[in-house]
Amino acid sequence: MVPHSAKNLNVPAPRHRPGEKPEFDDLDISNAGALPRPHVMSDPKELFPFANGIIRVLDMKGQAHGEWDPKLDPEVLRQGLRDMLTTRIYDDRMQNMQRVGKMSFYMKSRGEEAVAVAQAMALDKDDMLFPSYRQQGLLISRGRDLLDMMNHCLSNAGDNCKGRQLPIMYTWKEGNFFSISGNLGTQFCQAVGWAVASSYKGEDAIASTWIGEGTTATADFHHGMTFAAVYDAPVLLNVVNNQWAISSFQGFAGGEKATFASRGIGYGMPGLRVDGNDFLAVYAVTKWAAERARNGGGPTLIELFTYRADAHSTSDDPTKYRPEDEARVWPLGDPVERLKGHLIEIGEWSEERHTQAMAEITSLVTQKYKQAEALGTLNTGERPPVSSMFEDVFEEMPDNLRRQRQQLGV
Amino acid sequence: MAKMNMVQAINSAQDVMLEKDNSVVIFGEDVGYFGGVFNCTEGLQKKHGLQRVFDTPIAEGGIIAMAIGMGVNEMRPVAEIQFSDYIYPAFDQILSEASRLRYRSGGEYWAPITVRTPCGGGIRGGQTHSQSPEGIFTHVSGIKTIMPSNPYDAKGLLISAIEDNDPVVFFEPKRLYNGPFYGDPKDPPQAWEKHELGEVPEGHYTIPIGKANTVRKGTQMTIVTYGTMVHVSTAAAELSGYDVEVIDLRTLIPMDLEHIVESVTRTGRCLVVHEATKTGGFGAEILSQIQEECFWALEAPIERVAGWDLPYPHAFEWEYFPGKARVLDAIKHVMEG
Repeated sequence: MVPHSAKNLNVPAPRHRPGEKPEFDDLDISNAGALPRPHVMSDPKELFPFANGIIRVLDMKGQAHGEWDPKLDPEVLRQGLRDMLTTRIYDDRMQNMQRVGKMSFYMKSRGEEAVAVAQAMALDKDDMLFPSYRQQGLLISRGRDLLDMMNHCLSNAGDNCKGRQLPIMYTWKEGNFFSISGNLGTQFCQAVGWAVASSYKGEDAIASTWIGEGTTATADFHHGMTFAAVYDAPVLLNVVNNQWAISSFQGFAGGEKATFASRGIGYGMPGLRVDGNDFLAVYAVTKWAAERARNGGGPTLIELFTYRADAHSTSDDPTKYRPEDEARVWPLGDPVERLKGHLIEIGEWSEERHTQAMAEITSLVTQKYKQAEALGTLNTGERPPVSSMFEDVFEEMPDNLRRQRQQLGV
Repeated sequence: MAKMNMVQAINSAQDVMLEKDNSVVIFGEDVGYFGGVFNCTEGLQKKHGLQRVFDTPIAEGGIIAMAIGMGVNEMRPVAEIQFSDYIYPAFDQILSEASRLRYRSGGEYWAPITVRTPCGGGIRGGQTHSQSPEGIFTHVSGIKTIMPSNPYDAKGLLISAIEDNDPVVFFEPKRLYNGPFYGDPKDPPQAWEKHELGEVPEGHYTIPIGKANTVRKGTQMTIVTYGTMVHVSTAAAELSGYDVEVIDLRTLIPMDLEHIVESVTRTGRCLVVHEATKTGGFGAEILSQIQEECFWALEAPIERVAGWDLPYPHAFEWEYFPGKARVLDAIKHVMEG
């Protein structure tokens, strides 16, 4: 036995637990337009205010403010809204199909659609994406056929992962989208390696990678930060702070001690904290960091301050660890609603057009899903050939695998 | 041809590949200006430039992650892990990432990386500079595992590894860097200069991955071994009075089973020798496969000589190391029962 005294031992606890009334009144949120836009080649030491404040463009009434406003063409904004809506409707459909047993697993990105869609739009098509598992909006924004995404999630004969990966662990080489691992954080420093190679070859393409705030606790995060800083890698290091890592709130990654963006300063790189539910701000910050990287300014750490509005995955029930209405009262709102509100505010969108767009997308998703299911699901229809299970372990199949394949009789 | 020790041969392989292919870059802790703690990259930065041979932060996981990312972006990185005892922080990147990337992406992505790392004991390195962790890697699907036993093989196999499109972990038995070692620390040090396998072509050549080599012909029993123990086993075989065949596996994965089976079927007796700890070691795999393929040709049980199942003890190195005497005893036991 040892003595037990509670003195000085801090075990973090979130603001609210189930049954409590969620309130965020004391959350320190900068006003939209309050922060200036610094020169892209600014000394990181001068960028502390951007790591501790929150870069915002859109206020909660849908008006754009300040120097960070990217002043995008309304058609670009409408495309962004459409892609976010597609992501959301796609997610809902796939989650429902998981619930009825058509696939083993699913992960939605509700509340975080602006992160993936705005960032994809702000990057060039040649830029390489090293995502985590909640940026399906990157694929949608880059124009991947929903049918291919669904075929993967259903592990049917059309799955380009050949039935080897859990649903949502997409890969899409044609779209410069790296294979999602499923082990958290491993892609962070790999993206740096990719970017270093781009520098070595003298190419313009940069890399962009995403991890959750919870994963900043891993060594992989530190490796990525150190290597990127040391070699001036042209890479965007994005931390999606959605407040929750399954049931662990961001305090368990040290988020109560300092902002995640401020970690960049210690490595000698800019750390920018942005309202992740503000499409315009996310777009503008991503453009800033990409321009800096392309100009030889090296990496930028971007903290996308957002909220995971749904469960971590189909395997957990968030009402067991946080108040049910926390997402609803999240002070930075919902990214889809906010961009929609802005477009309406500037006279470039309407409720009618929105309803019509949703109907069109829902119909497209339904039609694509029917096609995918007709090809097969995990339990029905056509799977990739069983013999293909033995392929791609190595470039050429070694004798032991050939013998094992024969043993299975395929 | 030139006289080279194993360090020079490994250096030469990297030099040749840097010369031949711009996509080859070399990095690791202290490998740049300093040339590596064992001099395996000495002079390469000066010759090929700062951007092709460079130092890294002390973070093995970061080194391998960077190598993978570069490999995905058309490069052929050669990463040095200073001692294989330090490779564990990189294990996740090797096991979960490099080895599975081709598979998990349905063949869309792969990482043609080579991880060089010195292994094994006999240099008074204690438990953090003497380990033989190859068996931990051979258990992982999707990586090739190589351990050469001489300068000629080291250069040819390293070039093959760098040119290979799969990830390779290349173990370098550091006790062999300067000369062959026959298992008795009281013997005067030997130099590769006097050994026929210290004759190494200066230019490009390859030794195929996955091909074993019979280093001593024999008819009465077969020793299957690799790395430092090739020389220890050969020395014991010479002393045994029996006509012992010795096979140097060279590549552990993919294993050249056909070569082993041909020999054991002919001799009817077999001993498996490695420096790594016994339980769950790669020797157990070799033994199982021989048993599966050669049972009816066997005239005696297959035996193993390996490191004792304990961390490498600094002050008891030679009681721990599976030296000539232990191999000799095992040969006699297999022959005489």
